[in-house]
Amino acid sequence: MFVFIVRRLLFLPVVFFGVTLFIILLMQFLSPTQRAATYVRSEAQLRNIDAIIEQYGLNKGPHVQYWNWLKQVGQGNWGFSKATGEPVWASFKRRFPATLELAILSFIPTMLLGVWLGSASALNRDGFIDQVSRITSIFFWSLPVFVLAIWLLVIFYGGLGWFGLGQVTTAHSLEIIKPEFQRYTGFMTIDSLLNIRFDIFLDVINHMVLPIVTLVAIQSAQIVRIMRSSLLDTLTQDFVRTARAKGLAESIVNRKHALRNAIIPIITLGGFTIVGLLNGVVITETVFAYPGMGKWLADAAVQLDTASVMAGAVFTGILVVLANMLADVLYAVIDPRIRYN
Amino acid sequence: MDISSQSVSAQLANPKVKKTWWQSKAMRRFRRNPLGIVGFVILVGFIFISLFAGPLTSNQLVNYRNNCVRDLGLSRSTVTDVQNPLKMAFWRIIFAPPNSCFNMPRDGFSEVPKPPSELSILGTTSGGYDIYYGLIWGARTAFYGGIIVTGFGLLVGIIIGSISGYFGGWIDTLIMRIIDVIFAIPGLVLSMVIVTILGQSLRNVIIALSIFAWAGYARFLRGEILRVRELDFVDGAKALGARSPRLIFRHVLPNSIGSLIILASLDIGTIVLSVAALSFLGLGAPAGYADWGQMVNFARGWMLGLPGQPFAYWYVIFWPSFIIVLFVLGWNLLGDAVRDVLDVRS
Repeated sequence: MFVFIVRRLLFLPVVFFGVTLFIILLMQFLSPTQRAATYVRSEAQLRNIDAIIEQYGLNKGPHVQYWNWLKQVGQGNWGFSKATGEPVWASFKRRFPATLELAILSFIPTMLLGVWLGSASALNRDGFIDQVSRITSIFFWSLPVFVLAIWLLVIFYGGLGWFGLGQVTTAHSLEIIKPEFQRYTGFMTIDSLLNIRFDIFLDVINHMVLPIVTLVAIQSAQIVRIMRSSLLDTLTQDFVRTARAKGLAESIVNRKHALRNAIIPIITLGGFTIVGLLNGVVITETVFAYPGMGKWLADAAVQLDTASVMAGAVFTGILVVLANMLADVLYAVIDPRIRYN
Repeated sequence: MDISSQSVSAQLANPKVKKTWWQSKAMRRFRRNPLGIVGFVILVGFIFISLFAGPLTSNQLVNYRNNCVRDLGLSRSTVTDVQNPLKMAFWRIIFAPPNSCFNMPRDGFSEVPKPPSELSILGTTSGGYDIYYGLIWGARTAFYGGIIVTGFGLLVGIIIGSISGYFGGWIDTLIMRIIDVIFAIPGLVLSMVIVTILGQSLRNVIIALSIFAWAGYARFLRGEILRVRELDFVDGAKALGARSPRLIFRHVLPNSIGSLIILASLDIGTIVLSVAALSFLGLGAPAGYADWGQMVNFARGWMLGLPGQPFAYWYVIFWPSFIIVLFVLGWNLLGDAVRDVLDVRS
C-alpha cells in the first residue's frame, strides 16, 4: 500500500510538467504581442509593450518562456491574473474556499441521495420506486448543466425570487469586506457563524442553494444508476444466498451483507464525481455568478489570462490525481480482497 | 478451411441455428426494452429532421430574406422546389446545402425577442433570428460536430491504443502516462483556451474537443487488446509465423474493435453536449449560425422576462433547451439499452 501511494504521488510532477508544457506550447500559436497582453496592467505598459516582451522573453523560444515561468513559480510567484485584476495567488486564496465549500456541500448530498435511491431502486426491482428513479435518473443524466442551471435561474430567481445570484446580497457584500468581519477560514458559511452574523450565514446559504441543486441533481443521477446495477449484481451472489439460507432476516441480509459489498464501486466513482464537480462548477458558477474557481477559470480562458489558466490547470490536475488516489486507497481499505502491489 | 465449411453445412442442415438478424438474441433483448425503443425513435426523428431540414423550412425560406435561396439558384417563386423530390434543389439542400442555409433568417434586427406569429411560428430570439429555423438546422450542426469529433477520436484512439496494447514495454508506459495527464487536465477550461487562441468558430470547437476525445478510446482498446492477446488463437497465429502488423490487423483488432465502435458512437450525445456548452459560453459558431448552444446563450439576456412578467419571453429559453435535452436523452436511452444488450453478465 505504501509503495502504491508513493508511486501515485510520484505521478504528480508528471502531471505538473505535462499540463504546463501543454499550455505553453498552445500559447506559441499567439504572437509575442498577444502573449505580452496578459502582463499589461496600465496604459504606460501598453505603450511600452516591447519592453514587456523583452523582459519576459516572450519573443524567444518556448523553452525560454517555460523556464522563465518555472523560475517565477519557484520563487512562489504565480503571476498576475488579468481576469480578476489581482495576483493569481490572492484570487486563489479567496476563490478556492468558495468553490470547496460548494463542492463539499454538493458532494455529500450527491452520495447520500445516489446510494439511497439506487439501493431502493434495486431492492424494489421493476417496482414503482424503481421505474420512477430509473426514468428520473436517466432524465437528469441527460440534462446539460447549463440547461438545468438556467431553468432553475428562470424559475426560482426570475419567477419566484426566492434565491439570489452571486455569493451574498449587495448589502452584505459591503459588510464582509470591512475589517470587523474576520475571515478566519475563508469559508463564508463558517466565517459568518464565527463572526456571530446569522443573517449573513442565512444569506450565504440562500445563494448556494441553486448551484448545489444543479450539481447534485446531475451528479447523483450517475450514482443512482451505478448503485442500482451494483446492488442487483451483488444480490445474485452466493454469499447473499448463504446469508438467507442461514435464516437471517431479509433486512439484515440487504443492509449488512449486500449493501456493504455493493457500495464498493461507488467509492471509485467518488473520485470521478469530484472531477465531474470540478468541470460542473465552471458552468454552474458562470450561470449563477458565484465567485469561485470555476467562474474565474472560465473568465481567464476567454481572456487568454495565461497565468490564471496555468495555475488553475495545475491545481485541478493535482486535485484529480489526489482524489483518484484517495478513492483507490479507500477501495483497498474497505475491500480486503484488493491488494496493490 | 475444413472446419469452417463443416460448420456452415451444419447450419444449413439445421434451420433452427440460422436466424435472421431481427431474431438474434441481442435484438430480442433490445426489443424488450421500452426505454431503448423510445430513445431509438427519438434519434430516428432527429436524423429525419436533420436530413430534411431544407424541405421542413421551405416556408421560412419563402417568407424571409435570406441567401440560402439565392445560393441554391432559386427565386422566391421557385423555392417550393426544395419540397419536390423531382427537382434538383430538393436533393441539393439535403446532401450539399450551401453554407448560407445554416444562417438563421432574421425578422428585423431588434434585440427584443418577438412572440410566435404567423411568420415566426416559434417566435424569434434576440437579434430577430427565427427560432424554428434554428432548431431544425441546428440538428444538422449537432450531428456534424458529434460525428466528426467522435470519428476523429476513434481513429486516433484506435491507432494509439493498438500500438500501446500490442507493443507494451516503454511505449505502452509512455502512452498511458500521456493519457493519464490528459485525464487530469480540466478539459472544459482548456478547450475554451484552445478555441480562444485559434479563434471563435465551429471548426475550432471541433478541433479543441478532438484533441481530448481520443484518450478514452485508446485506453479502452488497449485493455481489450491485452485481453484478446492472451487468447489461444493469437498464440496459434504466432506459431504459424504471423508478424506483428498482421497479428494486430488480422487477428487482434477485429476481435476488440466492434464493442469500441458501438460504445464510441453512443458518445455522440455527450460530445454534442460539450459543443453546446462551449457555444453557450460564447465560443461556438459565429452569431446567427444555427446552433442550439448559441440559441440558449442568446436567450440569457431575456430569460428573466419583464418586471412583473417573469415568463414574458419563455419561448427564447424553452425551445432550444428542450431540443438539446431531447437529443441527449435520445442518445442516452439508446446507449443504455445497447450497453445492457452487450453486457454478457446479465
